[in-house]
Amino acid sequence: MVTRGFTGRNSAGDQLDRIPPGQHLVEHFPVLTAGPTPRVETADWKFTLKIGPRTIKVWNWNEFNALPKTKMTRDIHCVTSWSKLNTAWEGVIVDDILADAGIERPSDFVLAHSYDGYSTNVPLADLASGKAMVALNYEGQPLARDHGGPARLLVPHLYFWKSAKWLNALQFTERDEAGFWELRGYHIYGDPWREQRYTDD
Amino acid sequence: MTEGGARPASWQTCTIARIIQQTPSIKSFFLRLNEPFVHVAGQHVDVRLTAPDGYVALRSYSIASSPSASNVIELAIERLPDGEVSPFFHDFAAVGDEIELRGPLGGHFLWPERSTAPVLLIGAGSGVVPLMAMIRQRRDLAQTAPTALLLSSRTRRDVLFADELLSLETADPTFKLALAITREAPVRACDFGRRIDNAMVAELIARLRHMPAHVFICGSNPFVEIAADGALMAGLDAAVIKTERYGG
Repeated sequence: MVTRGFTGRNSAGDQLDRIPPGQHLVEHFPVLTAGPTPRVETADWKFTLKIGPRTIKVWNWNEFNALPKTKMTRDIHCVTSWSKLNTAWEGVIVDDILADAGIERPSDFVLAHSYDGYSTNVPLADLASGKAMVALNYEGQPLARDHGGPARLLVPHLYFWKSAKWLNALQFTERDEAGFWELRGYHIYGDPWREQRYTDD
Repeated sequence: MTEGGARPASWQTCTIARIIQQTPSIKSFFLRLNEPFVHVAGQHVDVRLTAPDGYVALRSYSIASSPSASNVIELAIERLPDGEVSPFFHDFAAVGDEIELRGPLGGHFLWPERSTAPVLLIGAGSGVVPLMAMIRQRRDLAQTAPTALLLSSRTRRDVLFADELLSLETADPTFKLALAITREAPVRACDFGRRIDNAMVAELIARLRHMPAHVFICGSNPFVEIAADGALMAGLDAAVIKTERYGG
């Protein structure tokens, strides 16, 4: 249905093919969080890899930073309809985390957990093969607190609620288990190019 | 299972029934739904505008009206100077126009309907919109959970729903209102003439006379950061603090 009088800004020009349907470009970096911003010091930070309830490996900040670092520049898309192009990140890709723990593919599904009790589910196929990282830097600087610092998940090809801030664990699960927003009406997978915003989209 | 009625609805067409200029920068749009729904105060709708060339713009707007209202919902939309959708609403949209929306959406920032525990609401500018739905639902259901609203605005003219909030406070001893006016001196003794800070949040909690069991904060990210830190410093548990931050 055409909306009377609406023309749209259409400012994206030659970048239009990089913007999923219903998204608009932003230059700034909006912050959207369901609760207060946790204060996590790197000295206290720990990252745990689990298979079900079983802990496989725990890294402290220094141990985690000793893992191979990878840079990644990607477009990101928030379900609230903003997209941001060419965001530059540095961190540890999930493949390198699994390799350091000596595991390959214990199950097909992963739940990401955060210091504030947040969680989100991502299939392993969407984390592995260099698709996703635990990001420690953004635009050459340590990740800001309100963007998830000291460490967040980065799964740039899915809606950004999958890129859990203040990450403290990845947990392999037998089934695809819904996380925080997935239990509250958001899509179980969240592909921006298919506009999978809400449960039945 | 969801916390509330978060099951997403499909797109529907609604009609603009009434437009009211609320403040210099905010207008209320009353939309008559073709497919009426009952929402939970705090929920939002997604609005979809389509240009003749097929370009689609999507935005989320909190519902300001009480769920018990009718098949008309109220959205209070602030005109953002370099916006794309809000200038359309302010400058072009007219009574009788059809708008596409879906809702109700959102399963987290929800008024605890059955709770009688004290509630602290903190908003800035149009961030009062989902909080207003909560206050109106509380009034319509004759709920008496002690509730305080701290509302920050630039000037008194910018206070959204000012008349309704002031008369509600007069009528209901269990509802406390405090305005934080950042660019003018406050008129009432219970208001503040400065930007929000930790002490202000602590004072609101003291006026509630109980530690709130639910805190809802809505506004820009810097505002929400200060308000949430203030609530944490006042001894509240992070788990009771729900935030909504305006994105892009």
